Parts: sequence; C-alpha cells; structure tokens
Amino acid sequence: MPNTVPNKERMKMPRQHMPEREPLQRCHSFEEVNLGFHPALVREEALRCLACAKPTCTTGCPVGVKVKDFVSLIIDGDYLGAAAKIREDNALPAITGRVCPQEDQCEGGCVMTKRVDSLAIGHLERFVADYERQTGQVGIPTNAPATGKRVAIVGSGPAGLSAAGDLVQKGHGVRVFEALHEIGGVLVYGIPEFRLPKDIVRQEVDVLRRMGVEFETNVVIGKTVTVDELLSEEGYDAIFVATGAGLPRFLGVPGENLNGVYSANEFLTRVNLMRAYRFPEFDQPVYDCRGKDVVVVGGGNTAMDSVRTALRLGARRATLVYRRGEAEMPARKEEVKHAREEGVAFEMLTNPVEMLGDEHGWLTGVRCVRMELGEPDADGRRSPVPVPGSEVVIEASVVIVAAGTGANPIVQSTTPDLKTNRRNYIEADPETLRTSKRGVFAGGDIVTGGATVILAMGAGRKAARAIDAYLSEPMW
Amino acid sequence: MFKIVDARFLGPGVKQLEIEAPRVARKQLPGQFVIVRIHEAGERIPLTIKASDAARGTITLVVQSIGKTTSLLNELGAGDTLLDVVGPLGRASEIEPYGTCVVIGGGVGTAIALPTARALHEASNRVIAILGARTRDLVILEDEVRAVTDEVFVMTDDGSAGEKGLVTDKLRELVATSKIDYVLAIGPVPMMRAVADVTRDLGIKTMVSLNSIMIDGTGMCGGCRVLIGKESKFACVDGPEFDAHDVDFKVLQQRNAMYRESEREALAHFNEHRSEEVERARGGCAHA
Repeated sequence: MPNTVPNKERMKMPRQHMPEREPLQRCHSFEEVNLGFHPALVREEALRCLACAKPTCTTGCPVGVKVKDFVSLIIDGDYLGAAAKIREDNALPAITGRVCPQEDQCEGGCVMTKRVDSLAIGHLERFVADYERQTGQVGIPTNAPATGKRVAIVGSGPAGLSAAGDLVQKGHGVRVFEALHEIGGVLVYGIPEFRLPKDIVRQEVDVLRRMGVEFETNVVIGKTVTVDELLSEEGYDAIFVATGAGLPRFLGVPGENLNGVYSANEFLTRVNLMRAYRFPEFDQPVYDCRGKDVVVVGGGNTAMDSVRTALRLGARRATLVYRRGEAEMPARKEEVKHAREEGVAFEMLTNPVEMLGDEHGWLTGVRCVRMELGEPDADGRRSPVPVPGSEVVIEASVVIVAAGTGANPIVQSTTPDLKTNRRNYIEADPETLRTSKRGVFAGGDIVTGGATVILAMGAGRKAARAIDAYLSEPMW
Repeated sequence: MFKIVDARFLGPGVKQLEIEAPRVARKQLPGQFVIVRIHEAGERIPLTIKASDAARGTITLVVQSIGKTTSLLNELGAGDTLLDVVGPLGRASEIEPYGTCVVIGGGVGTAIALPTARALHEASNRVIAILGARTRDLVILEDEVRAVTDEVFVMTDDGSAGEKGLVTDKLRELVATSKIDYVLAIGPVPMMRAVADVTRDLGIKTMVSLNSIMIDGTGMCGGCRVLIGKESKFACVDGPEFDAHDVDFKVLQQRNAMYRESEREALAHFNEHRSEEVERARGGCAHA
C-alpha cells in the first residue's frame, strides 16, 4: 500500500516526539528514559517520509541501512518485514535505534531538515526492532552453505558483533573472544541501563548465537592466547581485531590519585557491568554518591552517561565541566537535552587544573580555570585558552574524568609484526582493514580512536566483506 | 564455569584451591594473576597464581579470607565452580641470574612469592626465603618453600615458630652479613614498605607485588593506578611487580582504603547470611 499523502502535505506533518519518563522521576531510576513509539505514532511518523529518489539518509548511514524501504514496509504495517530489511545491513537495530547520533547521520542527511524537522528514523528503527523482539519473531537470516573457514574475532563490542553477524551469514565459522565476563563490550560496560537496557544487548547477542556465532568470554587475546597462536595452533584462517579504545586518559593534573577520582571507564564499569547501583545485592561497590557533589569532566556521550549516572546514584549536585562551550560538545543532542532536564549543572568553558584533597587522601574539590575560545585548531574547532586570574574551586567528593581514551596495548604488544601508529593504534587499510600482518584485519576504535557505536559497526561490516574476499582468494 | 578440583586449608582462614582453567594453566608465568568472579552477583577480584599444571589444565590459588568474596572462596570445596576466571594477567616476574636473592613472604604473600622463588632458584640464583606471620598457624607452605630455596627463615610476631621478630629484622641481619643482590617482598603494604626502607640506601634491587583494587585487569578502567616515581602506572598491565624504591606506598594504602565502608557492610551481610550465600555460590544460580 503506497503512501497516499501528497508530498506537500507530508512536509506539514509534525515530527512525532518520543515519549519519555518524567525528568524528576527518571533521574532517580535506572529504567530506560525513552519509552518507544506507539504503533499510531509510528504510522504518523512513517507517512512523513518523502521516499526520495536519491536517499541521502542511506548514504549518511555508516552501515547503509535502506531507510526508505523499511519505512515503506512500516506504512504497509509490515513491522517484521521492516525489521528484516534493517537487519540486512545492521546486525543490532534495537541498539543503534537507541544510541546512534542520528542527527549527524541518517537524519542529518534527510532532505526535510532543510525546511522542517527530519524524519525520526532512529525512533522508527527502534520501534520495529523492539516489535520483533517483543513478539518473539526475530527474523533469523539464512546462512550461506558452510565454507569450512574459521574466523576469530577479538572483542565483542559493536565492531566485533557486526562483523560476526555478516561473516556467519557468508557461511564461515565465527568465534568471538571477549576479555570480560559478559558479551557486548562498551554496550554492556559503558552505556548505562537507562539509555540501553542490558536485556536488549543480551537478546541481540542471542540472535547472533542462534545464527551460529560462538562466543567465549574470559579470554584476553595477547595474554590468555596470542594472535599468533590463534592463527597457528587454533587454526583460524583470519582474525578481526576489534578491541576498542580501552585505555582511560586522565588529565595529568595534580591530585588525580586521590580517593574519589575515577576514570569514566571505571565508574561506568562498576555501575553498568558490575551493577554497583544494586550494592549490596551485587558485590562490587561504587563510591556512595548519595548526598554528595559530583563533577564530571568532558563533553562527549561518556561524560553525559557519567553525570546522569551520578544523579541516579543520588548525587546532591551533579556538574558537568567542559573546557569548550555547549555548542562544541560532541555528545548527542538528545543526551544533552536529557541531562539538562534531569538537573545536571553545566559549567562550560571551564577546565580543571588541580584535584584538591584532605589529609587522608580523599577528594574535596576541583580547582578550575575559566576558558575562552581562541583560534580554530587543526580540526577546525576553536581551541580553548585559559582566562588569567579566573580560577574557581568547585566542591566535590567525586570527580569522573571522561576526557577520552587511548589504545589498549595488549594485542599490539604481544603481536610483534602488527604495525601501529605513533599513538599505538593499529594501522589498517581504510578500505580493506588489512593490517601489516597476513590474515589479520582490524577496525573500530582500536584503529580510529574513540568514536561511536555505529562507526564501529560500519568498520565491522567492512572487515567482514574484506575477510570474506580474503578467504575465497587468500592474497595479501 | 571453572571447576574446583581440590581444596584444602593451609591455615586458619587460608585456603588453597586448585581450579580447572586450561587456557590459563598453559600460559601462566611466575608473578601473574587471574581475576575471578564467583557468581552472577559477584565482584571481580584479582588473585595471584601460586602454581599451574598445564598437563592437568589447572591453576592453584591461595586465598586468605579478609572480605566477603575471599570469605566465600574459603567456604568452597572440590566440585564447586567459579563462574569466571580470566588470565594470566599482568607481567611476569623478571627472572635473571642476580646472584643471591632474598624472597620475603608475609602471610599469604608466601604463596604468591613461591613461584618466583622457584624460578629464581632454577635460574641458578642462591635463594634465601624469609617467611613472616603473626603466629605459627599462619606460617604457610614452609615445606614447599624449603624445596625450592637454599635457606629458609621463619619469623613470627609471637615467637611461636622460628624466631620472634619481623621479616625486616632478619633482612637487616642478612644484608649486614652477606652480599644480597636482589630482594622480592610480597605481603601486607606496611611490610613491603619496611623492606623497601631497609634496602633503599644499600642500593639492592627490590621488587614488590602490588595488590591494588582492580576490576577488568586489562588496563581498561584505571582503578588500580599506583604512583611509581612521579608517574601513574596501572598495576594490572604495567605490574603487578614494581621496583619497591619507586613505589608511593602511601598512595597505595590510601587508594586501597577507598571502599572500606562498603567492604565492611558486605562482609557483615555475608556473615549474617553465610549459609544462603554459600548455597547461592554452590548453586551457581543467577541472582538478577
């Protein structure tokens, strides 16, 4: 059933809003903030799609989801068909529908943004993915006949999972190795429950398992078994290294070893992976934030996740300190909006210069300097410069540093012939993701540095294509 | 799941567990550790590996009951399982022909020092061991240490075994009377700090194994950071052994106290519900 609403009318239809939990209620709860579209809203929204001849939404998507096709299936009421259409290109639709920065990708490319609000592609994607999951009718794609080839994937984050889904469909044997005890990488240790419920990750992983992907937790490649051993003794034909950017960066200011100073990785891992918010029911503790002042340093999604988590742990005041202005923050717009609604205080153009502590080594505050934006730097972003004499002290019992990550060195340091760049990220061909070592491919944050879930998934797809080609014609 | 194939007490509250972990057993080197989690609601804790047997596919851990998780491990026996065991993590001890080595084990630290003592001995060093404990019952693994060293001294606070005194009393005696080329000290932080103080001015290379708080054990969280010289290092990937003369023991002790309140609460809760907690660990049932 084609969309009978004339294009002119479609442009007049307002973008449907995602129903959300009330800010004052949700800021004390780890339950998901966004509640999902109702079928009536979905149809209203889907009808807005202009079904462009040249769909810039698809070209804006790192994995190339066929947006207008799946939206047209939604209009037909065929939600399962729509979900299956997404799965052709995207192994984790319930996840990307929640965490993608759509405004910079599919929705950023939507032609309607020139005149009105873009189509709510992310919300539509989330709806059909949730629908198929909730109705227990996930369409498992059929795999090609077995090739007899085996691929090892190092890391079970978005890059690894995405590659696993594509490779197993091509008929290869796929085993994913994970260092932690749970599958999902940043999806389980990094992104909080209120933004991405862990049940959803578990169910998406189960889909991959049913497709034939094998998973092995508690294996640190480079320590438990090396890349060379995977290729020789364990007989893998190719390896995809997708270990992510798991090395926290601190600020390098005095006082960072005080008790109460966390990397965002540690804080979020304690709360998300280890469920510290349910201590003592779960054993791993996190600093008791109840009634305390918490400062989070950074302006990305990780900073937003940390500051909103601190609020949910009962912080009296949760403050975001960022050295540039709000316009320069790399976080998704929705996260910034949510954080503000929930009562996060924003201290923009402010940079920590020292962590202050008491005589027992416990944090008491952060000394900061105000900043102003100077000349644009190499990335074109105006770089912040300190304003002389503008120092302020912000009281805090907890500081969470979310100032980016570096390359985790374990695989590189135990694989001698794997070339790295000067920041110790793995060098890989931008098209084929081939590394300097025969049979070894690498992609995601361990190549590019910290980026987004969907870019990592894009790298996973690219790797899967290149590995499939290599397995049929093993040239290097 | 990782099955416990053998378990026995070495002393009161000190249990030795032999665990099936074939991948770890194949790769373990002296000085390395594993991270274990007992059940679905468990915390991750690091434990240094005492020994491994690649043929049997097992590793051996020695656990002193201090907090909740270590107390629970003390309750487990052969046939029980651990949900997660990952490793071997950290860098191995640096084994070289140093000459004469003194290996000091304080309490359960003896179990951790044992594999390195053996490796040093095999690398044709003369190895003298000093085992320290509060009292006789807590001197562990004396025979095993004797088997891989040239000389063993036992020091107890109350004189109930060996000589009465501290490990540093014996160390001072040894460095005054003979040429010592290398010291390894593993035990409580105050002991390691005291050892470092004895050897610092004498310029004797001294290593310590740091027991900072960890979660992932792969350098991802930074919780285990320690101050070495003026530099922050991660004990899980840069250590756990560091040059004792560069370690800021004050920061180590301070950071190790970060969760003292929570640890107390968890232990009290455990002691109150000991049988249910043990039952849950045995059943391996999820607690979600």
